[in-house]
Amino acid sequence: MSWIKGILFGVVGYLAGYWLSISLGVERGTEAPFAIGYVFFFAGWLLGAGVWDHWARSWFGLENKTPPTKESHGWKRYFMFSTDHKVIGVQYLVTFALIFFLAGAFAMAFRYELMRPGRDWLSPKEFNTVMSTHGILMIAVAVSAIIGAFGNFVMPIQIGAEDMAFPRINALSYWTTPPVVFLILGANLLQGADYGFDFGWTAYPPLSTVAGLGKLFFLLAFMTLGLSSILGALNILITVIRLRAPGMTWGRLPIFTWGVFTTSFLSLIFTQFVFTGLFMVVLDRVAGTAFFAPDQGGGALLYENIFWIYSHPAVYVMIIPGFAIMLEILPTFARKPLYGYKWAIGGFFGIVAMSATVWAHHMFTSGMPDWMTVPFMAATEFISIPTGIIFLSALGTIWMGKLRLKTPMLFALAVVFNFLIGGLTGIFNADVATDLQLHDTYWVVGHFHYTIVGGEIFALFAGIYYWFPKITGRMFNEKLGKLHFWWMFLGFQAVFLPMFWLGYNGMNRRIADYIPELAGTNMWVSASAFLLGASFLVFIYNVVNSWVRGPQAANNPWGARTLEWQIESPPIEHNFHQIPTVTGHPYDYGVEGSVHAVLAPQAEAAD
Amino acid sequence: MSTLAHDSKYQLVTRRLGLWLFILSESMIFIALLFTRFLMQGVYRPEELNQTLGLGITTILLISSFTANRAEVRIAQGDRTGFLRNLAITIILGLVFLVVVVAVEWPEALHFAPPSTGYGTLFFAITGMHAFHVLTGLIILIIIFFQGKRGQYSPEDHWGAESGVVYWHFVDVVWIFVYPILYLFGP
Ligand SMILES: [Cu+2]
Repeated sequence: MSWIKGILFGVVGYLAGYWLSISLGVERGTEAPFAIGYVFFFAGWLLGAGVWDHWARSWFGLENKTPPTKESHGWKRYFMFSTDHKVIGVQYLVTFALIFFLAGAFAMAFRYELMRPGRDWLSPKEFNTVMSTHGILMIAVAVSAIIGAFGNFVMPIQIGAEDMAFPRINALSYWTTPPVVFLILGANLLQGADYGFDFGWTAYPPLSTVAGLGKLFFLLAFMTLGLSSILGALNILITVIRLRAPGMTWGRLPIFTWGVFTTSFLSLIFTQFVFTGLFMVVLDRVAGTAFFAPDQGGGALLYENIFWIYSHPAVYVMIIPGFAIMLEILPTFARKPLYGYKWAIGGFFGIVAMSATVWAHHMFTSGMPDWMTVPFMAATEFISIPTGIIFLSALGTIWMGKLRLKTPMLFALAVVFNFLIGGLTGIFNADVATDLQLHDTYWVVGHFHYTIVGGEIFALFAGIYYWFPKITGRMFNEKLGKLHFWWMFLGFQAVFLPMFWLGYNGMNRRIADYIPELAGTNMWVSASAFLLGASFLVFIYNVVNSWVRGPQAANNPWGARTLEWQIESPPIEHNFHQIPTVTGHPYDYGVEGSVHAVLAPQAEAAD
Repeated sequence: MSTLAHDSKYQLVTRRLGLWLFILSESMIFIALLFTRFLMQGVYRPEELNQTLGLGITTILLISSFTANRAEVRIAQGDRTGFLRNLAITIILGLVFLVVVVAVEWPEALHFAPPSTGYGTLFFAITGMHAFHVLTGLIILIIIFFQGKRGQYSPEDHWGAESGVVYWHFVDVVWIFVYPILYLFGP
């Protein structure tokens, strides 16, 4: 299995890299041998996980082994270097669901600390490490989960393709992610001065250039995550450009596919900036360079610029796929055509085009020249125009529709509601005058949880419920699904709505303590957080139970029109008996005579 | 099932497009680093920079791009010996470039611009990042060389060789930006 072989090869690689760097004269006891060792670990891990067996052998004149299939390996292929986009989609989904719960557990840990003012059970450094671990793991989920899971499983079927354009690169981008988790958890297990990373997920220098091996682990983990994101984006772009079925014109492309497609431009281009920024921090740590040492000719603000040039577009890497799932689901359950389809796509492109012009709104309090603040404020407020268009598309689709309030639809509607609050509270962060007061307070924490959790993660769950019957061939329990929805939705409001009040009253983020006056509200938030955490037990029970022994699902239980619903559940290998011909628009619900696609007779017979 | 996606000519274009997007993405690393150069140090440049050496390695790399191109043309024409000869020259030139940078240029620069200074930081980070790309390019070209020796490429199907050569051109083009920005700019 790929996991065992990957770890074995990785450890051998690490030892080789460590030994090599020592014998080349790198000083023992510094961080450099670890950094070089990790590069070799990473290479070894990938080779062991499958790159050697299925790819690299041919470079040396050997025969590549054939990738595992359902016939040859059954369920074990989910733990192997499969090149099947549906297997990779499931691998992503399950892996990132586990990371999501793990990151959630870290949130529970520091909410326990924040229940009462003063110190309970975490030292300040432990608190900040636990908080940062929650942050970076959730960032990983937010960046990769929807694109990795549904971008892989659903998107190729939606465009009528048999697989992704580069199946092996696709497998590679999945197998790149486990080392991220190894490193982050590893940093949490280190002892003494090496323990942890206490700088949030942003890793600003000079805090991130201070000694401590755990910090290095964090930086390497983030760089690795970036690599995975870039490879995935490349594959998605080429797949959509090159592998659309006959008749699948750009004007007929399903909106979810449009979402992951436009997002991939951002990942492909901007991820390299954060990669470079983190690389500079690593160099400052291990090679003694002076990028962020002002006394030696560097500048600490440099990092903030490079970091946010990626990390603001990154919030659109998170939310655009979320919007796309929302717009995919709303027409199906409102039984109406998607309102303003072309405008919504324009909204996606508008966001992509403008996303790199707003980064410095994260730096209003960092000491930037005054004349620069207003342009960045204006640009930030302008970007709410394309966002607003997407929003109008959602509202127009719901308007006067016959809404069928199934679980996926409830989650999609919650995205509309939550993002409205997240968007409106963001205006106060974009505005220079108010941001000077609200920066680095719980107001910001509330704002980005409403947009990313309330927007994207709710959309992720909408997608999980929506495509569950397609992926597994079984139906989940609708009652438990609704219970999970209401529990999670109300729990979410109870946790994050009070945060605006906390922030407004001056509660700082990333600090283990707060003024005693805020004790009551913090107790409420923590208690609600545990309640919110418990809601996922319902989800896990429902999903696991239904996957194992749920009732057989129909091929098209929601009566949807896009291609993935016109084939078997779960789909056969290579998805289609014959490549379909696309003849019409995907969202013409209730439009007489409109046909989205014509499939080969075998598939229809199996329907 | 035969579809357009399995057509070898269509697939070749798909792969080319993929490689170009990868190169676009990879260029961003150098764009970020080269912008940093101006942000941190303006156009400052130490007097002690070895201009002869800089011009020399630039020439070597440019010639290697030419021979790499010849190699690709030769395999497209079915001339395997010419392909291998040109590829071997490319690899040797690349190795010379790498060795001169690491073994001559860097030790010299350590004296007047150590990494703990502003210019030294940029010099070592940028040439180091470029050298890393040269190294990966060389590994790819060496693998291609031995594959070619085993008779793997034909005029119709030599995507492996083509992709390696295109990547090598990319490495050279990056240097064409790195060289003036590190060696020539400034008073
Ligand atoms: Cu931002």
